[in-house]
Amino acid sequence: METFGATQGSGPTGPASVRTVLSEADISRVLTRIAHEIIEANKGTRDLVLLGIPSRGFPLAQRLAERIARAEPGTDPAAITGQLDITMYRDDLRHSTTRTPAPTRLPAGGIDGKVVVLVDDVLYSGRTIRAALDALSDLGRPRIVRLAVLVDRGHRELPIRADHVGKNLPTAASEKVRVRVGEIDSENGVPVNDVVIVGQP
Amino acid sequence: MRHLLSTADLAREDAIRILDIAEDMVAVGTREVKKLPALRGRTVVNLFFEDSTRTRISFEAAAKRLSADVINFSAKGSSVSKGESLKDTAQTLKAIGADGVVIRHGSSGAPARLAAAGWIDAPVVNAGDGTHEHPTQALLDAFTLRNHWSAVRGVASTGSDLAGMRVAIVGDILHSRVARSNLWLLRTLGAEVTMVAPPTLLPVGSGSWPCTISYDLDATLAGGIDAVMMLRIQGERQHASFFPSAREYSRRWGFDDARLAALDTQPGRETVILHPGPMNRGLEISSAAADSPRSTVLDQVSNGVAVRMAVLYLLLSADPQRPGAL
Repeated sequence: METFGATQGSGPTGPASVRTVLSEADISRVLTRIAHEIIEANKGTRDLVLLGIPSRGFPLAQRLAERIARAEPGTDPAAITGQLDITMYRDDLRHSTTRTPAPTRLPAGGIDGKVVVLVDDVLYSGRTIRAALDALSDLGRPRIVRLAVLVDRGHRELPIRADHVGKNLPTAASEKVRVRVGEIDSENGVPVNDVVIVGQP
Repeated sequence: MRHLLSTADLAREDAIRILDIAEDMVAVGTREVKKLPALRGRTVVNLFFEDSTRTRISFEAAAKRLSADVINFSAKGSSVSKGESLKDTAQTLKAIGADGVVIRHGSSGAPARLAAAGWIDAPVVNAGDGTHEHPTQALLDAFTLRNHWSAVRGVASTGSDLAGMRVAIVGDILHSRVARSNLWLLRTLGAEVTMVAPPTLLPVGSGSWPCTISYDLDATLAGGIDAVMMLRIQGERQHASFFPSAREYSRRWGFDDARLAALDTQPGRETVILHPGPMNRGLEISSAAADSPRSTVLDQVSNGVAVRMAVLYLLLSADPQRPGAL
């Protein structure tokens, strides 16, 4: 599986320190499983809203919504998917250079009384999710908030856990986990294959 | 860039970045909780040496929606009337712990002096200086124009510019910092600008500006214009006689009912009418024009809050030691 560096361009590190933990097919299977878990936990798609956290959480939320709609006919994937930007709610705003916020787009039905599933690519310190919960409470009052992530790499700094996890990935804090999805990431103008890689920075 | 002092040195990508962020800020204004925590614990001082209603209120609303603390200072009723200098005022603000200063001053260049003199270390936003610039007004005008222009062309407004848009700026160009700021920004965003005024209200050197100069409003309108920006006749700055009478000015350069009716005879062109306010109804703009569906005056005011939120966020949210990317 250590083929990443040669074919995908791993950046400054050599192929030896980088390994692929989820391939495109793995990610597809994982998302299908999470979609079914969400339906099961919610006993259907009633009141369900998927909010992706930019940038890579949003395409993941879209893919989950498509899979949920495939399993539960009569569900409109676009009507249950949204994007929740957390830039303004980060606790490290003043410790870095200026960050450009992304738009927040909620489904037409809003989030009041809904079951909101937050979707992100990597769960790490938990600070992003803390910010997302704050952002959510300024937008309305969901009945339930759940969390779905593609990868949980540990090292939590806040009492936060995920309800749906694609892959539990034990990592060293010094390692970097990179998720690349075809909707957003490209190389020389060509969309990359979906992949999750881990390696020393 | 740590300050926003003029639109002349604002790069195209920075301008579009401000307008894009302002678009997200408009959405905040429609929410139940109209507040973001981005500037919590930061103090913004509105330093107003000149009278203002909408600019000061707009900056105050913008700072408060970003959770900043706001201190309003107006020269009237302050120690400035006892003869305090700008330097001493600035050092007082520094001692109080101001993280950002929004300044309006009657003298062109006062904000630049405040930014460069080293009296205070905070980012400075120019809220209008003399007859020099009023960059946030130009940004909110550009934001209003971009909403209109993208709707006309049927494209998404985010990331777009004003390429191909024909804008006329009409009236007291000589005394107008709004006209100057708008000219630089509209050119940066790709619009074509025509300045229309009586020759007495055009400044020396306007011939070298990157715009067309016209003395005839009707001819300019007949040539096809997508937006008309009417400027206020600034009585308080006019210490000479620039036109024979208000009636004559109104007939030749005011946006009156006849010109409004003439717009309706140009099919296919959805011309909008802008005014930075405060309006002299009956002089540079008629009531019918100001209240018509083509008028964007109130949109400009509400867009102003969003644009100023974007500017304050970009200048104030990051680590002061690592200046923002604006």
